[in-house]
Formats: sequence, structure tokens, C-alpha cells
Amino acid sequence: MTVKLPIYMDNSATTPCDPRVLEKMLPYFTETFGNAASRNHSFGWAAESAIDVAREQVAALLSANPKEIVWTSGSTEANNLAIKGVAEMYRAKGNHIISCVTEHKAVIDPLKHLESDGYEVTFLGVDGQGNIDLAKLEATITDKTILISLMAANNESGTRHDIDAIGKLAKAKSVLFHCDATQAAGKIPLDVEAIGVDLLSLSAHKFYGPKGVGCLYVRRRKPRVRLTALLDGGGHERGMRSGTLNVTGVVGMGEAAKLCMEEMPIEIPRLTALRDRLEAGVRARIDDVVLNGNPDFRLPHLSNLSFSYVEGESLIMGVPDIAVSSGSACTSASLEPSYVLKSHGLDDELAHSSMRFSLGRSSTEAEVDFVVEKVCAEVERLREMSPLWEMVQEGVDLSKVKWTTH
Amino acid sequence: MAYSDKVIEHYNNPRNVGSLDKESKNVGTGIVGAPECGDVMKLQIEVDTDGKIIDAKFKTYGCGSAIASSSLATEWLKGTSVDEAAEIKNTQIVEELSLPPVKIHCSVLAEDAIKAAIDDYKSKQDPSD
Repeated sequence: MTVKLPIYMDNSATTPCDPRVLEKMLPYFTETFGNAASRNHSFGWAAESAIDVAREQVAALLSANPKEIVWTSGSTEANNLAIKGVAEMYRAKGNHIISCVTEHKAVIDPLKHLESDGYEVTFLGVDGQGNIDLAKLEATITDKTILISLMAANNESGTRHDIDAIGKLAKAKSVLFHCDATQAAGKIPLDVEAIGVDLLSLSAHKFYGPKGVGCLYVRRRKPRVRLTALLDGGGHERGMRSGTLNVTGVVGMGEAAKLCMEEMPIEIPRLTALRDRLEAGVRARIDDVVLNGNPDFRLPHLSNLSFSYVEGESLIMGVPDIAVSSGSACTSASLEPSYVLKSHGLDDELAHSSMRFSLGRSSTEAEVDFVVEKVCAEVERLREMSPLWEMVQEGVDLSKVKWTTH
Repeated sequence: MAYSDKVIEHYNNPRNVGSLDKESKNVGTGIVGAPECGDVMKLQIEVDTDGKIIDAKFKTYGCGSAIASSSLATEWLKGTSVDEAAEIKNTQIVEELSLPPVKIHCSVLAEDAIKAAIDDYKSKQDPSD
């Protein structure tokens, strides 16, 4: 079976907008273009009713109440709103927040911002597979702790946190729990009641919706969570997020949520099988491949592998027909390799050698087989060119070599 | 990041990949960089009795620009004298490969590797050194 090139295997970065989603969105650009806040004519009512449908669709994905959905521009805004909104609203109660070193920058940076404003933030470390120690989390909670912010699943490794246990612990300690579910939403079942989460961030473009729209789930009962808004303005979204709603985007996000709910029972086993096929194929062909993340508790569609003695960017350059991402320093603006993988205790060399494959709705067995063949061939070529590989073949222990760091 | 055509060309068809006998008196070996920095270059020169570089080989762990920089360096080294080789500057590599600012360190590493290989060769020529 032939495959169409290039192959997209970077669905954790973004997903294509599903054509069925786009179709639902289109009329809201040109025909049903009203402002959902226009209460005095049919154009506004039509937009508002479309928003209501989407609210129900996204709420259903999370087993939430539609009134608990606050539309935002995406997860970055939802994370900022949750973290800064809680910090300011509950300032009188305490100034301590707990999070983790592997969080996305959209969580870490708002927390760093709060640190400079006098809040205290504990960033928990992780074990070799990216998991926190729950006992450590519990021990870190003080009477000043107002928020725990931990992601559902990591964007680089795919490792899932035990959010059910974290939710229970937070409840027991009467601390609010925010979860960045950007990578998990639409990929694995999420039930806000079962988890006991108080705030949860989503982004539509990670699950086949359009870019530029997301939402924050904000619990209304037991407890009723209050937030200080980031934006002052018209008081939309019950005062939590002013600004004319992105009707087309919201409609698309709703439809995308509905499709994910329908397809998840099929997609989870299908993607898991494809991912396992990819990993087995690679391991059958080449040695010294390290699986990053928790092999037993991770997202179904994501595989992060380190190819020892080969640098990630050069590997990506060697497979121009395949879109993947690397934890190598060189692919990012900074010269530091992935802070997520380094926090797992991974050597810098292995962090530089990592590659993230994230499968999606359009991924096929033929694509996986093509990727395995191309990547392995390139790893073999680059290893022949690698002085590290040569030294290891000669029996040199790389950790004992005195390198000239620069 | 978009690579220049020359970087891609060297990456796809690297010149002079391989190893020379590092124990040989006529061979100078330079290994620079570190795995944790994301690049390690090994560059070797073989010098004849007239002080002319008759062969050069490299192996590089690093990004495409690092591979291209070392590949280009070996190309330039072959046929030059040791003294001429010592004059090769990283800026010449930057210019030839059109390296962007974020990749200049790759050219610096290549220059360092050339110098280290020459130093190693010279140290072998003077036993009292």
C-alpha cells in the first residue's frame, strides 16, 4: 500500500480541523453571523443558540454542566485564567500553589509570574517515567495552599498523572484542583465529577477543532469556584471572560467534542495498536532505543523515543517526508534540550536524541510502517557518522570521557 | 528552521565520513564538543612528510549544520598544508554554508576541531613536547 507524502505524525502539536467540523462552522461566518450577546434580534438569538449547542457538546465530553464552560481563545488563556484567577480571588485564604516541573509553559510561566507577585509555588519533581509521588504532593499541602495545578497528560512524554487520586486528595484537603487537559481531551475519557476536578483547560485544535478557541471548565457546585477575570469588558461568560464570543470557533469546538465522544471507543484501541506497531517495528530493527514516559499509563497516540548516539534535529532533517517533533535543543529557539525529559533524569545526550511521534485520526498502518523504515534507516546512517556510536562500539564508556564543553 | 541548500547537500552527501588510525604518527585527531551540548565532532588529518594534509575524515554527532560544517572542513583540509589549515576561520564556514546566527556555534566547533587535530599531530612530531 502506498502512502501519501508528507506524513503528519505531530498531532500533539496540532490536529487538522475535521472537514465535518469545518462544515458546521461555515454558515456562522457569512449567514448566521450575529453577535451572541445581541439579545434583541434574531441574528443574535441564532448565534446564541449555536453557542448553547456547543456548550452542551463540550460539557458532555467532560460530563460537566453546560453552565460550567467558559469559552477562551485556547488552553494558554484557560490556564492563565484558572491560575491567576484563583490566585487573586483566594488571596486572603493563602498564597501557596502546587504544580510540577513537567507542566507546559502555559502553566509554568503564569505560576512564575505569580511568584514575582509574592505567591509561593512548589514545583514537584517527577520520577524516571514522569510521575509525581502522591505522598509527596500530600505532604506539600499546607493551610496556605489554595490551588494544585497538574496536567492530565504530558505533551512530550504522554505520561498521565493519576488525576483521580489527585482530585480526591485535593477534595479531602479542601484545595482547588486545576487540570490542564489540553493533550488528553478528546483522546481519553475525562469525567469532571469522577475526577473531582475544579478547573480544567481545553483547546479545540488539539482534537480536530479550529485553532484560536478553547475553554475552561469552572465548577459551579461543591464548591462553587470563583475567579477574578483576566480581561475587563462586557462581562461575557458570567463575568469570567469578557469579549465577543468567537461563534464560528465555538461551534467548531462543540462539533469536534461531539465527534471525539462518538469515535473515542474506536480510536483508543486503534491508535494504541498503531503506536505499539511503531514501537515494536523500531525495536525489531535497531538497538539502543529508549522509551520516554510511563509505558503503562500514557496517552494512546503518543510515543516518545530516544535514539541513542544520534542527535534529534539531524534525525528529523533526514526524514523530510515525515512531520514529527524532537526534544533536541536545536529545534527550539533555546539551546537547552527538553526540560520535560531532563526532569525524568534523562541524560542530556538522550534528551537531545528524542523524537516524539503523535498519531491521529488519519494515521494508518501503512504510514506507521513507512515511518519505521525511514526513521530506522536514517538512525543507522547517522550512527555510522556518529563518533559516540563509534566509541561505544570500541568499548568506551561515554560517561567517563572528559568532554570539552563549550 | 529552513536549511540552506549547501547544508542540506552536505548533510545528504557528507564528504569524508570515517576514521583514520589515531595511533599513527602521521595522523592528528581532534575531538571537540560534548554529548550534553548536543554536538560532538571528531576530525582527523593525515599529513605527509612535506607537511601537506593528504587525507581528512570526520564523524559528527550533532545537528545538520554541525554535520555540514565538519564535512566542509574536511573538504577544505585535503590538499592544504598544516599551516594553511590552521588559518581556516569559522566565519568562512558560516559564509560558505549560509549558517544562521543560531548555528554559528557549529562553525566554531569545526574550527576548534581543526585546531585540535593539528595540535595532536604536532604533539606527535616532537617527542619532547
